Amino acid sequence: MTWLFDFWRSSIGGKVTMAVTGLLLFGFVVAHLLGNLQLFAGPERLNAYAKMLADSGALLWVARIGLLVVFVVHVVTAIRLSRANKSARPVAYQHEDTVQATFASRSMVFSGLSLLAFVVYHLLHFTFGVTNPEHFARKGVGAGGHDVYAMVTTSFAVPAIAIAYAAFQIVLFLHLRHGIQSLAQTLGLNHGRLTPLIGKLSVLLAALIAGGNLLLALSVQLGVVKVAS
Amino acid sequence: MKVVLHIWRQTKRSTEQDHKQDGRMVRYELADVSPDMSFLEMLDVLNEHLIGRGEEPVAFDHDCREGICGSCGVVIDGVPHGPERGTTTCQLHMRSFQDGAEIWIEPWRAAAFPVVRDLVVDRSAFDRIVQAGAYISVNTGAPQDANAIPVPKADADRAFDAATCIGCGACVAACKNASAMLFVGAKVSHFAHLPQGRVERERRARNLVAAMDAEGFGNCTNQYECEAVCPKEIPVRVIAEMNREYLRAKVIEQPAGGKQIGGHG
Repeated sequence: MTWLFDFWRSSIGGKVTMAVTGLLLFGFVVAHLLGNLQLFAGPERLNAYAKMLADSGALLWVARIGLLVVFVVHVVTAIRLSRANKSARPVAYQHEDTVQATFASRSMVFSGLSLLAFVVYHLLHFTFGVTNPEHFARKGVGAGGHDVYAMVTTSFAVPAIAIAYAAFQIVLFLHLRHGIQSLAQTLGLNHGRLTPLIGKLSVLLAALIAGGNLLLALSVQLGVVKVAS
Repeated sequence: MKVVLHIWRQTKRSTEQDHKQDGRMVRYELADVSPDMSFLEMLDVLNEHLIGRGEEPVAFDHDCREGICGSCGVVIDGVPHGPERGTTTCQLHMRSFQDGAEIWIEPWRAAAFPVVRDLVVDRSAFDRIVQAGAYISVNTGAPQDANAIPVPKADADRAFDAATCIGCGACVAACKNASAMLFVGAKVSHFAHLPQGRVERERRARNLVAAMDAEGFGNCTNQYECEAVCPKEIPVRVIAEMNREYLRAKVIEQPAGGKQIGGHG
């Protein structure tokens, strides 16, 4: 297995690792949004979906551990690469400028670290029930023991929580907007006709994901989704 | 025209322990600049003044002054080779600047390119990368007929896009991560499109990337600043091609001394 470690340690191997794990994490973010959009279909639908996931047993744990591994590899590789990048330029320019780099591409480390902090908060909030135990308690009292609808709506009824979730979607947009088109280039896909298209698609997909999540966070505040009593 | 220059002055060579040494930005005012001067001629004029005053002239690299040798190159206002696209520093003219402009002039900044003096950096890291496999192995002797190996026009054009690289190092200087991937990508792409180069393609991709990593260059994060400053306008397509060639080489690679399982041989 040393060949795999050697590959990971190489510059291109590290980039490919970022691209592949990034693609998998993007897949998760899509599935996560599609699942959560069922909030708009009402409590029965969302709670049934939550129960289905919770009842998957071993499969759920395979998915959870797999996701955790992918996430950790993505973060650890990012740390290794950005440390190497920092030491490759020991003296900064006194006068810096860019020609065509996007803001999103320049701030990947910042947006990535912010997302890491957000994911920790999100898990403490909805998965472990640490930050708002009163919202988390609602999860266990509903139909079949899975009132996720009540948990989510009571949380997003708090303006500060809804705004925090909404704000992080801007960071997620920036990260995905550069990440999606970047992974195509890293995996060797650069094509006269396709590359400009992938660039546009990258913005569109990032906007759809961030916009969908934003809608979830704000719909309770806007009264589109009723707060469970 | 008049310009105010801020130039990096450094007398001792950068080391791994001390990259900055005694380096600092020094301000110079220059009143007798013609818009028709090239950027390097403007520095020549500055140096004439400095020598006249008994000061040490500013050291900078230059050779052909025709934009084809790759010797010159400084970072001008944060952009390698300055504000004009597809232009080397020697082909940049003072008419590209406003009268009275303040201009910041710094050397290429990369751990792999130690500053030798002032604006001169040591780019022998590029030579070592080229030595690792940016060539084809052929017996010398009488050249064979030019048309003996047919090369489709499209392939020849793509190979030539990469072959225009003059090895100036602006790509490294522009990259936020001081990555040399446009340079190495150009070497890989140059040969990957030609039948003569394909024979050694796996070995070349592996060795060039290993040599690049050993020199301490950073890793590409696809911001494409390199492409924007390249005086030969080499496209970032060559980086994608290098990634592809490297992945392919890694997939094909056999363990040393190992037997192929399930194969015919």
